[in-house]
Amino acid sequence: MSATAHRTERGSAGSTVQTRPILNFDPALPRSVLCAGRAKLSDTMPNVTTLNVNGKKLRVDVDSQTPLLYVLRDYLNLTGTKYGCGEARCGACTVLVEGQSMRSCVTPVGRVSDKQITTIEGLEQDGKLHPLQEAFLKADALQCGYCTSGMIMAAAALLKKNAKPSRDEIVKHMDANVCRCGTYPRIVKAIEIASGTAKEVAE
Amino acid sequence: MNDDLELEQERYELFAGPTYNFNFNRRQFLKAFSGGIALIVPVTNLIAQQEQGESGRRGNERVPDDIGAWIHIDEKGTVSVFTGKVEIGQNIRTSLTQAVAEELHVPLDTIHIVMADTDLTPFDLGTFGSLTTPRMAPQLRKAAAAARETLITLAAEQWKVEPASVRIVNARFVNHDASKSLTLAEVAKGQKLVKTIPADVAITAAKDWTVAGTSVPKVDGRDFVTGKHQYTTDLRREGMLYGRIVRPSALEAKLMSSDTKAAEAIPGVVVVRDGDFIGVVAPNRETAIRAEKAIAVHWQAPGQPGNDELFAYLKKNAEAGRARPVGSVADGMAAADKKLSQTYNIAYIAHAPLEPRAAVAEWNDGKLTVWTGTQRPFGVRGELAEAFHIPQEKIRVIVPDTGSGYGGKHTGECAVEAARLARASGKPVKLVWTREEEFNWAYFRPAGVIEVNSGVKNDGTVTAWEYHNYNSGGSGIQVKYDFPNQDIQFHNSKSPLRQGSYRGLAATANHFAREVHMDELAQLVNIDPVQFRLKNIKDARLKAVLEAAADKFGWSRKKTEGRGRGIACGFEKGSYIAAAAEVSVDAKTGRVKIERVVESFECGAIVNQLHLHNQVEGAVVQAIGGAMFESIQFKNGQILNGKFSQYRLPRFSDMPAIEIVLLDRKDLPSAGAGETPIVGLAPAVANSIFDLTGKRIRSMPLTG
Repeated sequence: MSATAHRTERGSAGSTVQTRPILNFDPALPRSVLCAGRAKLSDTMPNVTTLNVNGKKLRVDVDSQTPLLYVLRDYLNLTGTKYGCGEARCGACTVLVEGQSMRSCVTPVGRVSDKQITTIEGLEQDGKLHPLQEAFLKADALQCGYCTSGMIMAAAALLKKNAKPSRDEIVKHMDANVCRCGTYPRIVKAIEIASGTAKEVAE
Repeated sequence: MNDDLELEQERYELFAGPTYNFNFNRRQFLKAFSGGIALIVPVTNLIAQQEQGESGRRGNERVPDDIGAWIHIDEKGTVSVFTGKVEIGQNIRTSLTQAVAEELHVPLDTIHIVMADTDLTPFDLGTFGSLTTPRMAPQLRKAAAAARETLITLAAEQWKVEPASVRIVNARFVNHDASKSLTLAEVAKGQKLVKTIPADVAITAAKDWTVAGTSVPKVDGRDFVTGKHQYTTDLRREGMLYGRIVRPSALEAKLMSSDTKAAEAIPGVVVVRDGDFIGVVAPNRETAIRAEKAIAVHWQAPGQPGNDELFAYLKKNAEAGRARPVGSVADGMAAADKKLSQTYNIAYIAHAPLEPRAAVAEWNDGKLTVWTGTQRPFGVRGELAEAFHIPQEKIRVIVPDTGSGYGGKHTGECAVEAARLARASGKPVKLVWTREEEFNWAYFRPAGVIEVNSGVKNDGTVTAWEYHNYNSGGSGIQVKYDFPNQDIQFHNSKSPLRQGSYRGLAATANHFAREVHMDELAQLVNIDPVQFRLKNIKDARLKAVLEAAADKFGWSRKKTEGRGRGIACGFEKGSYIAAAAEVSVDAKTGRVKIERVVESFECGAIVNQLHLHNQVEGAVVQAIGGAMFESIQFKNGQILNGKFSQYRLPRFSDMPAIEIVLLDRKDLPSAGAGETPIVGLAPAVANSIFDLTGKRIRSMPLTG
């Protein structure tokens, strides 16, 4: 946004110039959120051989700098976690590491090899959906569904630290996750349903 | 107004490929049809919505050459619907299931919709233009209704009773006193019956819908909230390799030299060179990335216009439009009390579907199979046939339900690239475009310049409307206002960037220019913007949506302190829309915040209230991007903001309070709803910014 000087166009030519704010349509882009350092591929790093994902110890054999996202998707066939931008700006790749939301696309697997990792596939317990999964269905908080895994994982991290978030807290926490289909209002509603703060049931 | 104009309006949807290609023919159908009962929808029904089927004769009929869709009830009682449409988040898998369930009187979960598989489903031009609901859905309803009548006749024959005494209750056929019943499977067993839908088949009127018209949740929603759904990007084939493409330095760049030795030395890597195409495959993604980076290339690109000179460039390269005047603009201008000439600029924007283009390609004995997210599976098959010089019969394109498109996935670049890599390596290859590739090598919503010259009487009657759209497109260019004198022209121009379809096409640009200009005229003659519009509207449906939005918004109430308000209305693709917006501006930072949006929408009879609500809401949210901040920056064939860290998308914190008013017209056929709801927001917001600040913004995005 260029700081265009305002000139009034309303009223007759002779009206006094009014002081008005400079309009700003382009607030700063959201900062990238939590990630455990930047991933860089190289030939020389040691390999990671086991990972703790969804309560299971899984064997892998990958360079420790490989992004966790690739390891989950390509080596462990946990494809519910999605690639969207590769720079921690859209949240499609969000997973939980020790209960905190983390962008797996920029997280080197070596940094989380000894941590508890939870992906969307790990939320369902004994065939029973997680309350957030139920709530997303109830609020119909998805269209194409590509952002849904990341949204649910980000919301799960929120509810872990704040069981009854206010609407503002939800918006603030979820702001770095992108839904291009525009289901944001429904996602907010879904999180309110899951946390028991919904004022009304989904229409 | 006339036929050739209609074609011109859809210019950016006729992006590539043949218009007709009816090669899901009798032979293929009979190969696919194993037994049971099939009801065929001829293509002609889908194109012209004509009812040309043969009469409801008993017994097998000639299978038409041009199958548009078909419903199959197999001998196990499974109901399958075959359509070439794709699911990209618009929820037609659900709405088509509802339509079929309604007519067949069976539960939703007994119906399986087979979509967009060029070997299994009939030819379809593509999923765009909001056509599935007005064209495909009613024909599938007819097919389902005809299937039901056929099954009832067969059940009646088994029991030797009159068909009129047989009913379907909970997917079972029962006789008059319910003493006998048969399942779908029991009726279909041993049959091999093919019918074209008869002309006289009756379908349920919208006012009597019990399944359609209700808010059924997404039919396979559970797969999406559990991460189980397999998008193209998630697919895996035995022995599959990962591909990467070495991209040129800029658009129009030519390859001068390359050195691939270092990449070829990496174990497992195959480098593929074919003209200016350079790609690599490797056993895993990391190695493929490493190999791509190890290739040294020198490109040379010509100088190309940048966005700072874009609008002048579009004007300079414009072709003459075709004048089809209504009345006389000169007379209208002479009759006007006031005149206004203004220019409106529209930037290029990106679709940015969250799932980037992706393809998995596999060759087996000269036959190519490609899984890819596209809105035009048959068009992509054609592109592949052309690229590899093989007949289309040797190619199968399958579209898994896809991570959205918004008009941005009409082409098959990624499919062609994956297939090229797969052929060279002799293995299945997965290629997923990076976000940067998606920004740089796909295509954009066209940029444009729109000039309006108008005349208005002091009583608010618009007497003259001269309108020139340069490059952005003809959709929504015609007015629904009652203007007596019009000269509306679209001018082709030379686009510096690759451009194509985008949700709503140029209807967004044309509504922006028209509805901001209407606001300027209202101000010029000092009439309330709603009253000013009503003064120029005769169309009852347009009036209804405008009044509905104004009512819900509380337009007649006193304005909220510190807030501006604006309104806009319009019509496109069979549906009507009005939007009212309320904005605030932070005194310190100048940040414009859309506080509240009321949008009213009417698309005939509502098929699924919930999904319609969501489509409209989603369109409002997506529209915020194009209105407020999305704009492609470019210079010399390079995109300068082609990443999510540089290209601002609408986010949670941008959300206004959104209220949606859906007008349900059960007496009118259902129109599609995926596009038109996007057109009203930008002008409503621009008008509300003017209302609050006195600053008139005539560009999208509204950055002044």
